[in-house]
Amino acid sequence: MTNLDAIEDTKRSKKVLVLFAHPAQTRSEVNVPLFHEAQLNKHVTAVDLYAEYPDFNIDIEREQQRLIDHDVIVFLFPLYWYSTPSILKEWQDLVLEYGFAYGHEGTALKDKLFLCALSAGGKEEAYQTNGFNHYTIRQLLQPLEQMAQITHMTYIAPFAIFGSRTAQEEHRVIQHKEKWVTLLNKLTTNTLNLEKAKNIENLADLCTAQGD
Amino acid sequence: MTGYFLYAFIYLVAAVIAVPIAKRLGLGSVLGYLIAGLVIGPIFGLVGDETVAIQHFAEFGVVMMLFLVGLELEPRSLWAMKAKLMGLGGLQLALTTALITGVALLLDQPFSIALTIGLIFALSSTAIVLQTLQEKGLQKTEGGKSAFSVLLFQDIAVIPMLAFIPLFAIPELVQAGNAHGGDTGSHDSFNLVEGLAPWASGLVIISSIAFLTIGGHYLSRPLFKFVASSGLREIFTATALMLIIGIAALMGLVGLSPALGAFLAGVVLANSEFRHELEANIEPFKGLLLGLFFITVGAGINFSVLSERPMLIAGLTVAVMLVKAIVLFVIALIFKIKGTNKWLFTLSLAQAGEFGFVLLSFASQNYVLPSDIISVLSLVVAISMFLTPGLFILFDKAIIPHYKNVKSQRAEDAIDEKGTVVIAGIGRFGQIINRLLVANDVNTVVLDIRAEQIDLIRRIGTKAYFGDASKPDILHTAGAHDAALLVIAIDDRETAAEMVKYAKHALPNTKVLARAFDRGHGYRLRQLGADFVVSETYHSALEMGAEALRSLNIHPFHVERQKMAYKNIETQQNDVLYHAWVDDASGERVDNNYLKLFIELESLIENALKADLHDKHSKMRGWTPPPKGYTESLAPDENPNRNNT
Repeated sequence: MTNLDAIEDTKRSKKVLVLFAHPAQTRSEVNVPLFHEAQLNKHVTAVDLYAEYPDFNIDIEREQQRLIDHDVIVFLFPLYWYSTPSILKEWQDLVLEYGFAYGHEGTALKDKLFLCALSAGGKEEAYQTNGFNHYTIRQLLQPLEQMAQITHMTYIAPFAIFGSRTAQEEHRVIQHKEKWVTLLNKLTTNTLNLEKAKNIENLADLCTAQGD
Repeated sequence: MTGYFLYAFIYLVAAVIAVPIAKRLGLGSVLGYLIAGLVIGPIFGLVGDETVAIQHFAEFGVVMMLFLVGLELEPRSLWAMKAKLMGLGGLQLALTTALITGVALLLDQPFSIALTIGLIFALSSTAIVLQTLQEKGLQKTEGGKSAFSVLLFQDIAVIPMLAFIPLFAIPELVQAGNAHGGDTGSHDSFNLVEGLAPWASGLVIISSIAFLTIGGHYLSRPLFKFVASSGLREIFTATALMLIIGIAALMGLVGLSPALGAFLAGVVLANSEFRHELEANIEPFKGLLLGLFFITVGAGINFSVLSERPMLIAGLTVAVMLVKAIVLFVIALIFKIKGTNKWLFTLSLAQAGEFGFVLLSFASQNYVLPSDIISVLSLVVAISMFLTPGLFILFDKAIIPHYKNVKSQRAEDAIDEKGTVVIAGIGRFGQIINRLLVANDVNTVVLDIRAEQIDLIRRIGTKAYFGDASKPDILHTAGAHDAALLVIAIDDRETAAEMVKYAKHALPNTKVLARAFDRGHGYRLRQLGADFVVSETYHSALEMGAEALRSLNIHPFHVERQKMAYKNIETQQNDVLYHAWVDDASGERVDNNYLKLFIELESLIENALKADLHDKHSKMRGWTPPPKGYTESLAPDENPNRNNT
């Protein structure tokens, strides 16, 4: 790689913040491996929220600075009752303050990219209008989509892993990890097709190693 | 008298010079002592015939060593590793003994001599190998653990060997020895069982072993408690020595090996709360006596034999090490020990050991081996020990680089070792810490200086030991040098400070968590290097304050937030206050800056917690709603809800 390429490379590269929330990591079979992959990527800041704030005493100042320092914000979590684990809700309630994230002067998050990466125990067929859970994942995550919009961020489809309770038994973890690594690489190098990413149902479908 | 001083001085000078140099060169202390012996004996001839007499005395170090080996062996943990012990250790001993006996038979030795030689060479050097593994941080690897199992099995196997070898006594040698009137027979003059009928002597032997086991179990505890309550350290040391010497004497009286008795007593006391204190007290004696033993071995090496038959000795040494290495390699294959671990196991145990010397001198006393064979064999044992550091260097330089690419494998098996935690002080404070750790499957070693406290804690089923944790040697025997954490939970301010100081100086890899009496004491501990300090009453006082607020009908979650805010400010200001304290304490400032800052902290906390009378919110951030009328003020096109999607 020539120097020029390197400069070009850093210009294009995006800083990704992964906010990971899993309150029972000893039981995790999918999320923790994904989080470890995120830790290995040097353009990604991987934060274990339950480790940093075990007593939910979230440092608002520090979390806001983290948001300012990154271009892409990712929530990584297992789906609990069709939503995030509670610390991510607490994080929103505390960190996304009036005058910072929203309101007339609250533009700190303007034009950042926001997405969810989550694992769901149920199968993909269950998350359909006519399925067991009646709504698609994208529909269920609409509160977060609206959060992104009111904070002036660009919202793209979630990276969803279905059937996570049996992923290990069915030897799918490796394959999920590969897609996740591909996604992180596309995000950090800014090579994700955003138009497609905004409109599809599951970002994982864009993350085959061959490209889109 | 002056003559004794002179000899003692020569021995000590040799040890003081040679051992540190050998250690620095990576040769280990055992080789250092052997070299020291070589220098003062055969090379410069400073010491002479008295080495034999000293050697008999120094052999008592071996008795102590076996006592300590016994102390390390809780019957339960011994049982847990039985498969490895019997499998690896048993197979190594049996195969090596068989092969070497076979070779000796081929060299036209009679069977009894051949078998004795086989047994002697089957043993490896516990002292060299364990120490080297520890120095190189390899004792937790699979290869290191397997090597330990084999060494342990050998150490135990020595005891039946000591009982067994005298049966091979060669009649002609016995006669010759008796005719000589050698001093070796002198200890037999105190033999109680001599002249008794076989059944009576059997009864005496059995009852003395029963006395040792039962007495060790039931009498030692009240005795140690009585001595410990006096608080006199040297009397405890005297008690420990009295115990071992008494056992050795008893065993001698009934015609059993003192080493066997000491080992048994060690096992009996392994569960005792006084174990670590005993270890700490005996360890220096054992170390010095064993050192002396190795010096006398070095001094006794017969150079004339080496120069007369260099090819024979070199050939035998190479053959012994090769046979041992091949047996170990095959065992490693059978037990599926892989990669670098296989080579570590093979190379580390390929030498003969110090117990070889013990058996050799024992065999000579009991007229089992003729002296010309003994002088050749001692040279082979010594030279193979000299070569051991070379094998470890071979492992470091040739084997490890070869396996570099499979390094990840080793990193993985290191993770399951959580590391132990040494807790000093098991009063009201330490108990809670210990309970929390034990409930999470963390190995803890608990030390306390109050024997009655230890007694109480042990009754609840916690592993606790009597010992003065502020003494470096007791911390050492409790395993602080490779513990992950040292928790100092004692309530004596000065002692806690001294412990932090010592631990940070001597145990660089151990994290130190310390209990402080108050803020000033906490800063002092922090200054001395403690990694985490907490004032003993801080959290309970905060809880009590919170309960007071709740009792006054303030909303429990609001109280919780106030508590958090208190903690946050305390944490933020802590550094500033600490540095002011350091400046004041070192006399760099005389304006009582610390006091000023402390008053400032008080008002900071008060201001932060005080509710804002205007909107009833505290000044703390969190869950602050947007200003009243915010949504009405939004112009329709400004409303972010209507972004194009």
